[in-house]
Amino acid sequence: MGRTEVRDGTGGTGDAVIRLDGVCKVFDVYRRTGLLRRERREVRAVDGISFEVARGETVGYIGPNGAGKSTTIKMLTGILVPSGGSVRVAGIDPSRERTRLARRIGVVFGQRTTLWWDLPLRDSYDLVRRMYRVEPARFRANLDRCVDLLDLGPLLEVPVRQLSLGQRMRGDIAAALLHDPEVLYLDEPTIGLDVISKAKVRQFLAEVKAAGATTVLLTTHDLTDIEQLCERVMVIDHGRLVHDGDLAGLHAVGASERVLVVDFARELPAVDVPGARTVRVEGPRQWLSFPASASAAPLVAEVAARYPLVDLSVREPAIEEVIARLYGDRASL
Amino acid sequence: MGVYRAVLAGGFRRYATYRVATLAGVFTNAVFGMIMAYTYIALWRVRPHLGGYDETQAVTFVWLGQALLTTTALMGGGCETELINRIRTGDVAIDLYRPVDLQGWWLATDLGRAAFQVVGRGVLPMAVAALLFPLAWPSSPLVWLAFLVAVALGVVVSFAVRYLVALVAFWLLDGAGVVILSNLVALFFSGMVLPLTVFPGALGTAARVLPWSALLQVPADVFLGRAGGAAGVLGRLAFQAAWAAVLLGAGRLMQSVATRKVVVQGG
Repeated sequence: MGRTEVRDGTGGTGDAVIRLDGVCKVFDVYRRTGLLRRERREVRAVDGISFEVARGETVGYIGPNGAGKSTTIKMLTGILVPSGGSVRVAGIDPSRERTRLARRIGVVFGQRTTLWWDLPLRDSYDLVRRMYRVEPARFRANLDRCVDLLDLGPLLEVPVRQLSLGQRMRGDIAAALLHDPEVLYLDEPTIGLDVISKAKVRQFLAEVKAAGATTVLLTTHDLTDIEQLCERVMVIDHGRLVHDGDLAGLHAVGASERVLVVDFARELPAVDVPGARTVRVEGPRQWLSFPASASAAPLVAEVAARYPLVDLSVREPAIEEVIARLYGDRASL
Repeated sequence: MGVYRAVLAGGFRRYATYRVATLAGVFTNAVFGMIMAYTYIALWRVRPHLGGYDETQAVTFVWLGQALLTTTALMGGGCETELINRIRTGDVAIDLYRPVDLQGWWLATDLGRAAFQVVGRGVLPMAVAALLFPLAWPSSPLVWLAFLVAVALGVVVSFAVRYLVALVAFWLLDGAGVVILSNLVALFFSGMVLPLTVFPGALGTAARVLPWSALLQVPADVFLGRAGGAAGVLGRLAFQAAWAAVLLGAGRLMQSVATRKVVVQGG
């Protein structure tokens, strides 16, 4: 289950920019049980999480809705105070020194905007410059780079309310990077975007990553974001880390499966091919499940040799399925 | 300071964007101003020198009320609705991770809004009024200056109250009821319904010392030269400044409790 060792000492391990040690966040939830009575119930949104992220690393932080991702990010920005454990970002305790930390981090919430709704994009950037006291020359250079890489040129004079979701998201990402943050939190930066906008955002983030100066924590439901940007992925479920390692490891641990969908010339009984099991039959179409780590080629060859194959496609495992399986394994331990 | 200046300027420009809305607002001001002016005239004909004002001063008071209606947010409509909405939806999280003080940010936004509205919704209705009614204008530039300071302090007091009201949303999650209550109180205790000098006894005394009198009654008294000489004017301004300090302080306190204790909504 990845790194579980806890490194101690206030000096830390030198290059860890983000360090969580046994962090918990407990919310009280009240439920009405009668006319005036209510019952208090504790919800452990984050339940003992420890991890470190080194300088310049880009780490995926994934999990189903309500797993505790946003709660973690809020504790990392200092908006929420942890109920237990310790959090350090760039050596700072976020909830104690939220404003001091704010100068050194950037945050992008896919579902929210930091931009001034009624005013041109440029005004929001000018505000960022003043807010973070960015030197004019450095601001100029950063803005030029973002405008260039994110195609913001024609949008600078447009009021934010007139931007499309994809344009607005690019605008938000630029706003989060103009002050050269050491740490960048991206909370679902590609949510709701079309394929082209997603590609643009990923390409830009890949450039940020290549520059190597920024530590990135990326939350997403889109496995492609993780595949293209992160060597390391952490999976959280029910407030606990259930995986911390590389993506291949995630598939292995999650025993994830791909599905080969085949169309035959006619209706057939469920086919029987080695290395796969038929999970569904619907008329001439059948679904064959096989391990994600295995190659599809021999399986396709086998099916084509033995049956009247008309068409086929391969479905990749959905991240939610992988996570669901991961959690299912944990529960059965 | 540069940040807050930029936020203020942004607040100004945000409101300046909606010109048609401003013109529609001025029209509403003019209609309401006329209805109230004729009502006051009828009242003052029956009871001359009611509250110590002559008829011209009473009519001027009406139009000052219209001019300051949106500026000092006598019926609400400043930043509080937006802030409550941001607390409810969780967008306030974005305000909280900026390296800027939350109260300072919203004060600057509200001052920017007021700066626009004193021009857009203040000067224009007064100009309309000047064409239709004889008005009691200040006698010297110094009085104008004192009036502007009184309006500025009125905006700060108004903001400080509305900020407190908005922060309640951190606990109630829906601030609509509190806002309605707060607006009703502001409408009456600012002097928008009738000048506070008209009310007798304990109610009148209470109304004059409550913070809301800083929103309209005090600026109007300064404008109409009824504050009683330089010392009187300075006294009124000090009254406003004191309320501003107390209420902003209360806002800071409530803000630190809210941000430490309360959950920011939404994922």
